Amino acid sequence: MDWFINADTTVHKFALMFFAIFLFVVVMGLILFAVDRPKRIPTWVVALGFLAPTILGLTFGLVYPGLRTIRDSFYDRLGASFVGLDNYVAAFTEEQFQIVLRNTVIWVITVPIMATIIGLVYAVLVDRTRAEYLAKTLIFLPMAISMVGASIIWKFVYEYKPDQPGVNQTGLLNQLLVWVGIPPQQFLLNAPANTFFLIVVMIWIQAGFAMTVLSAAIKAIPDDIVEAARLDGLHGVGMFRFITVPSIRPALIVVVTTIAMGTLKVFDIVRTMTGGNFGTSVVANEFYNQSFTIRNQGLGAALAVILFVLVIPLVVYNVRQLRLSEEIR
Amino acid sequence: MTIPTGKLVDVPPEDSVGVGNRRLTRVEKRAIAAKGKLSSPWASGIAILIAILWTVPTFGLFITSFRPQSEIQSSGWWTILANPGLTLDNYEEVLFGSSTNFATYFVNSIVVTLPAVVIPISLALLAAYAFAWIDFKGRNILFVAVFALQVIPIQVTLIPLLTSYVQWGLSGSFWTIWLSHSIFALPLAIFLLHNFMKEIPASLVEAARVDGAGHVKIFFRVLLPLLAPAIASFAIFQFLWVWNDLLVALTFAGGSTNVAPLTVRIAELSGTRGSSWYLLSAGAFISIIVPLVVFLALQRYFVRGLLAGSVKG
Amino acid sequence: MKRMTRRSSAALATGAAFALLLAACSDSDDGGGSSDSPAASGDIDCAPFEEYGDLSGTTVTVYTSIVAPESEQQTDSYIPFEECTGAEISYEGSREFEAQLPVRLSAGTPPDIAYIPQPGFLRSLVADFPGKVIAAPQPVIDNATEFFSEEWVGYGSVDGTLYATPLGANVKSFVWYSPQQFEDNSWEVPTTWDELMTLTQDIADSGAIPWCAGIESGPATGWPATDWLEDVVLRTAGPEVYDQWVDHTIPFNDPQIVEALGAVGDILRNPDYVNGGLGDVSSIATAPWNEAGNGIPAGTCSLMRAANFYQANWPEDVTVSEDPQENGVYAFYLPAVSADDKPILGAGEFVTAFSDRPEVAAFQAYLSSPEWANEKAKVTGQGWFSANSGLDPSLLQSPIDVMAFELLTDPEYTFRFDGSDLMPAAVGAGSFWTQMTDWIATGQSDEETLTNIENSWPSS
Repeated sequence: MDWFINADTTVHKFALMFFAIFLFVVVMGLILFAVDRPKRIPTWVVALGFLAPTILGLTFGLVYPGLRTIRDSFYDRLGASFVGLDNYVAAFTEEQFQIVLRNTVIWVITVPIMATIIGLVYAVLVDRTRAEYLAKTLIFLPMAISMVGASIIWKFVYEYKPDQPGVNQTGLLNQLLVWVGIPPQQFLLNAPANTFFLIVVMIWIQAGFAMTVLSAAIKAIPDDIVEAARLDGLHGVGMFRFITVPSIRPALIVVVTTIAMGTLKVFDIVRTMTGGNFGTSVVANEFYNQSFTIRNQGLGAALAVILFVLVIPLVVYNVRQLRLSEEIR
Repeated sequence: MTIPTGKLVDVPPEDSVGVGNRRLTRVEKRAIAAKGKLSSPWASGIAILIAILWTVPTFGLFITSFRPQSEIQSSGWWTILANPGLTLDNYEEVLFGSSTNFATYFVNSIVVTLPAVVIPISLALLAAYAFAWIDFKGRNILFVAVFALQVIPIQVTLIPLLTSYVQWGLSGSFWTIWLSHSIFALPLAIFLLHNFMKEIPASLVEAARVDGAGHVKIFFRVLLPLLAPAIASFAIFQFLWVWNDLLVALTFAGGSTNVAPLTVRIAELSGTRGSSWYLLSAGAFISIIVPLVVFLALQRYFVRGLLAGSVKG
Repeated sequence: MKRMTRRSSAALATGAAFALLLAACSDSDDGGGSSDSPAASGDIDCAPFEEYGDLSGTTVTVYTSIVAPESEQQTDSYIPFEECTGAEISYEGSREFEAQLPVRLSAGTPPDIAYIPQPGFLRSLVADFPGKVIAAPQPVIDNATEFFSEEWVGYGSVDGTLYATPLGANVKSFVWYSPQQFEDNSWEVPTTWDELMTLTQDIADSGAIPWCAGIESGPATGWPATDWLEDVVLRTAGPEVYDQWVDHTIPFNDPQIVEALGAVGDILRNPDYVNGGLGDVSSIATAPWNEAGNGIPAGTCSLMRAANFYQANWPEDVTVSEDPQENGVYAFYLPAVSADDKPILGAGEFVTAFSDRPEVAAFQAYLSSPEWANEKAKVTGQGWFSANSGLDPSLLQSPIDVMAFELLTDPEYTFRFDGSDLMPAAVGAGSFWTQMTDWIATGQSDEETLTNIENSWPSS
């Protein structure tokens, strides 16, 4: 039994890894084999075969903890005694919570829109050009860099040093300002602009995601449609607006939704770059602080629930899109 | 630029697939593409501008990773030409500065990542297929529920999951990380793959059904081959998230060098009080090698086009 | 052509990855354990370890916030214990220690031993996880009373029960300066607060900016500013008021604290006095704390208040020495109001056990013994000392550490632990940091700053 739990040599680790994948394939194969006796098995059993492992995993790993979080949000800092809505009152009356909420909304609106627009424009511009591989790799790079790497990268962009003899700029942006004769700025200090400078980092990371997914969708537009449009005299911007964008609309919705969800949860950027100071904090950062730094489980849970609530508009929008697409089909 | 007729815009893509009865040659496709696309200097200008804006910060870190600490702190990386003084010290420290062989972390990262990519994608493909093509009661409600689970922050799941793993005697093993990553990836994977799955023309699935194929057969024979680009794109993202993950690894694997991936080592590079943060620059580039290889290797899948040439129903 | 480049770059990257993989396969069994100890192991004197008995085959897990490279000095210092008792120490350091430890406790998988850097954290663990934190066994209590001062024993105790013994210690009441610069300008090291302010004014009059400071520290931004306030409270209000302030028996915004913050502001918020080479007053909020001192060897500022552990942050070409020399830095004791009045502010980690197995108790006893402190001093280059009175100062390798250890063990000096580490996390790791940051960044008034912190003090 121990062999399957503790692996300490490289060979053993790889063996265990292949065993895990093999085990998974066997189990899934058995389930699918069982539901594949055609005709006599009712549809819901087949659906269950396809969905059961997923539902099991999600219930265990996300639904249960999610429900527990909702429960905890009505309990005190140790989850021991019921406190009603106190945590929510505390969250909303917390100093500067208006600003935190406002920042979160700004993030959730700006990041998905900007990242998607940039990713889309870029995907269209480089589509089927000779430099496509290279061009895509360049935009993709930020996605591949770990968060610690990203925070240092942007330190060297925003860092401030005064403009005085004997002191060199180490932040690129301020160096550019100094070169054109403008005094260096404290990009991360002055609200509300500092929130936008942090948002730039997230856009920089997410544009690669948007570009990759949208590029795959663009390539899926049948050549015939493109050709027909061309014969109708469509070029450039017209083609983009009337053929490309409508054709990849579902992919656009998916990308915007995904990035928005990710943005709601992101806190590392704020945490590492300003620590939430200078009016830059977001709900996710407050959630992390309360849960893990201050260890007020109840308040942390309440902030997580506020995140759940913030996502409702997105869910509603997607439900409507789902209905629309069902109707078309 | 001509204003198009409204009719053209309203035609859903699926219906017009059959219109063209001949396959376009490669040259023709190029020609179509070339006509309205990058031909304008403005378009190339914008593309190049975006590429530069996106690359310069990373390039700066790349240069920085070869500079000695005192210079990193006292002058910008763009002055590299004025005061050259490149060094491999940072890389040396990252690779050989720990009592644990760097390769151990590297192996752990690979062992952690592969199952954590394969398992959720397989599960999500099956689930997405069920949501897209199997008619059962409550399908949409369930789909929305799964999709909405994306918003649950991983942090709230740590204590309940770890508690279960401890009870099962799995804590500190690879299984906990594989299982956790697989679960966390599912909502987004299902959401993305479902979207691609739905794009496949219903006629294809119908045709197979008429031929007497069951769902399992349709899934493997008809849909899976068409989804290669979608699978490739999600695979690369899932790969990145797992490869760069620190939280799950820290919580479930502990820092035990038997299981801890690269990120755990890189996160501690900066030292107890953060005084060697400059080493992170070299660490970031060492850890990016593998994701980059994977991206380049998978790229040809997404360039081929989602349904290129195969839709001739 | 482009295709070729892409292909070849991919091939290159694949090759690199493959090479790493091969390297991994060639030496696979490197679990990171301490099996391959240095050759020195032969001449270990095992006599002091006999009391622990034979612990062969046992393992003690240690979880701490001390990571590489400092963690290697930690594990090296356990070698005699491992060699003589046969127990194995499995060490894990993480920068996310504070967030992860409660998660592990809640999930039922605590380490055997954790090094907790804040007595306030220790207190809340004892309160929040009843029965999980193990009270110190008798040999540990004996060591604690014999080798540590009453204050240090107190920081490791909760409600009169000793839970944790001090591991390392640090002293924060230092001002770093350049001996060369002081000699060139015939400045004297000040011995009273007035002399310090006079020196500050003299430097400012000469057209230079005397002080530099930085409080940026990622998620913990603001902590160096809290140290400033604590150090000044100890000086202007005295240790008794300091204790009441930390215990919250007087409000956080007591007039005496307002006065102390005013005194801090006389330096940190005076544009003539800060922030040499780093910008205006507000730049203190965004200057990384561990780079703020670079202006001293560079000549753009003259004074910076920081702990003895700041020595790890000096660039490689800087020497820590009292002798005037190019690129030399040193530190003097942050003076009090009078030369007789000698408070010092410091901090340290505490060895806390979550298991009462014999090998855990034995290791805990070892860590509280002078044998360990001396062994640790031997294997550590610089930037470490302990409050253990059995530590032999001649083993310390940095003059700053020697000075800090002497201050700490000198009965004339009154030691107080870093207050933010003693306060509830909502204040000590929350509002105290953020409000001090606001105080610097936005020019928020002294009263408002302290009142905001007072209002955030948890009610229970």
